[in-house]
Amino acid sequence: MAVRVQREDFDVGAEISRLTTGRSDIGAVVTFTGLVRGNSTGRPVAAMTLEHYPGMTEAELARVEAEAQARWPLQASLIIHRIGELKPGDNIVLVVTASAHRHAAFEAAEFLMDYLKTRAPFWKKEADPDGRGSWVDARESDEAAAERWHS
Amino acid sequence: MSSRTMAEQNTGGTTVKLLYFAWVREKVGRAEEAIELPAGIETVGELVGWMKSRGPEYAAAFERSGVIRAAIDQKHVPPSASIRGAREIAFFPPVTGG
Repeated sequence: MAVRVQREDFDVGAEISRLTTGRSDIGAVVTFTGLVRGNSTGRPVAAMTLEHYPGMTEAELARVEAEAQARWPLQASLIIHRIGELKPGDNIVLVVTASAHRHAAFEAAEFLMDYLKTRAPFWKKEADPDGRGSWVDARESDEAAAERWHS
Repeated sequence: MSSRTMAEQNTGGTTVKLLYFAWVREKVGRAEEAIELPAGIETVGELVGWMKSRGPEYAAAFERSGVIRAAIDQKHVPPSASIRGAREIAFFPPVTGG
């Protein structure tokens, strides 16, 4: 179980290897990678800056991860979220879940992303090609996605 | 809701650290400050209402008070949450990570 908040990029293959090397109890690994899009509701995006709440971010991600652990039989999990200035095409977030069978890994990865998007204290600001910045609005669809796990 | 005893009421004078993020931070014009809580403010919602009275930049930052989210000591809390015993209170827009 691990949570990392970092400026640097990540290597998905290397992260999977780190989780699985030397183990034979993992039968399924699911990864989700979120990337910066080059346009936002029809407007071009030249750069995206990610702000966060140091301390609470790590604590909230750990709480989200612990909740996934309690719900699914996971052998391992990893959340990496980048901060600072990113460009279109850059990686933003990585979620990795590993379990004996695929269903737990698929569901837990989706749960982690849905919860992360509505609870982890990150804020995105997009800059257009002229350097004008605008804060990204939260989506009601993300809230609805997280709500469906309450049952 | 249980009724409050005298000992639980905020009689003022307690210092807390306030943190602001994203456009709340930009509108307030600073990332953090320490303030003395005014007497009679008991909940996060009441604190947001009082923040609006602190000057034009605060009035602008907290204008859409229904959108402002809060955390006490690095945990999300609703507007009804008590601020008693809080060391750090953060205000921010809905989160947009991932």
